[in-house]
Amino acid sequence: MSKVMIEISGVTKRFVLHNQGGAVLPVMQGAALSVQEGECVALVGASGAGKSTLMRMIWGNYRCDEGSIQVAGVELCCAAPREVIALRRSKLGYVSQFLRVIPRVPTLDVVAEPLLAQGMDELQAQARARAMLARLNIPERLWWLSPTTFSGGEQQRVNIARGFIQDWPVMLLDEPTASLDAGNRAVVLDLIAEAKARGAAILGIFHDAEARAAVCDREVDVTGFTPARSAA
Amino acid sequence: MTPLLQVEGLSKFYGTHLGCGDVNFTLWPGEVMGIVGESGSGKSTLLNCLAGHMAPDTGRVIFDTRTDGPRDTVTMTEPERRWLARTDWAFVHQNPRDGLRMNVSAGGNVGDRLMAVGARHYGDIRREAGDWLERVEIDPTRIDDRPRAFSGGMQQRLQIARNLVTGPRLVFMDEPTGGLDVSVQARLLDLLRGLVRRLGLSAVIVTHDLAVVRLLADRLMVMKDGCVVEQGLTDQVLDDPQHAYTQLLVSSVLQV
Repeated sequence: MSKVMIEISGVTKRFVLHNQGGAVLPVMQGAALSVQEGECVALVGASGAGKSTLMRMIWGNYRCDEGSIQVAGVELCCAAPREVIALRRSKLGYVSQFLRVIPRVPTLDVVAEPLLAQGMDELQAQARARAMLARLNIPERLWWLSPTTFSGGEQQRVNIARGFIQDWPVMLLDEPTASLDAGNRAVVLDLIAEAKARGAAILGIFHDAEARAAVCDREVDVTGFTPARSAA
Repeated sequence: MTPLLQVEGLSKFYGTHLGCGDVNFTLWPGEVMGIVGESGSGKSTLLNCLAGHMAPDTGRVIFDTRTDGPRDTVTMTEPERRWLARTDWAFVHQNPRDGLRMNVSAGGNVGDRLMAVGARHYGDIRREAGDWLERVEIDPTRIDDRPRAFSGGMQQRLQIARNLVTGPRLVFMDEPTGGLDVSVQARLLDLLRGLVRRLGLSAVIVTHDLAVVRLLADRLMVMKDGCVVEQGLTDQVLDDPQHAYTQLLVSSVLQV
């Protein structure tokens, strides 16, 4: 029996916009899903249905109003900041669509950072970062430059390299294959397959149907979690 | 694990005017906490009360000292507080001139703090000072130059070296990147982040720059009119702000 790494039940989320007359936007109701070790689950649904919102609640940058979100045994709905920080440092990895870095920091350091944060020796972390960048076909002459000036596809690959540099038990992937050419897409799919093989629980958003078919075991349609909109 | 700093019900009044009111939080070892808010919101008052520069009117500031465990820094004697300020605490001012001795050499500025905790061997002090200049990316051949001859960014890095040389466990920073141009700011942020990680420091950083806290702070506290209106994980407060004022603050940032 595999271990359940992500367990969500009865999750409700609404936004209250205080500066726009206190408008209340219900965005999610009764969300429930679970992801086991070694499994890759895709979130599907139309744009605006709440895929990214759910993903952010699992990452912890969106609060959840009701219900329970458990990641690697930690209940996120009532976790103290330091518990979330510890979870992100050692258990939970996230490949977002956007690369957010300090300007002027070399790509190699950006990619090695999650390992350094865990206390790995600098040389060892850099060696792992080199291998990962080479695998994702980032030319060596770019390694000492900041990724802020890179093209969209290159930034995306730096982001992926940073996301996969560590063997996270739980991973969240937000469109990891968007804006990549066929060769690099194949590398990313391999990385996902390897992560599954070592037992990572993966939850992702893939607009690319072929990629989804290649790595995902199951789909969860978030349309079912969208609250009925009132006619207002 | 014991919290490094525990603040309970801290308030400070200027006459009848509230400086900061009923502040509560717990800071754990290795955590970086940001405090944001507009000018006059009480950020600096709070920082000065925490660092012992100002006596709060009510509340407790409990610091986990190396020798005696958790102690209330508000009720300890002035010499004890000063000893903490020289050893376990560091304070980085917005204006480097407030934190440096401008008529003493760069090496002297760093060595000065070492001597204050008992270092006496000139060679050791000079070597350590040179070492720290390198760590903050100042050319060690400039060890005998006075800070006056340095650029603003170098002065700020020198102030950081002076503060960190005694191996403090808690660093207070008041707008550390405030007066610097953006290219220097990025370099300083990277330096600070590296130092915090390598030395396992905890820090409380006051700033009005939300981009700075996103990159440096694990946790964030939002102040308005002397009160804490919201606190939590940095990206949670910035991406999913709950309080009306935080929503306004986040939505007012100019996009580049």
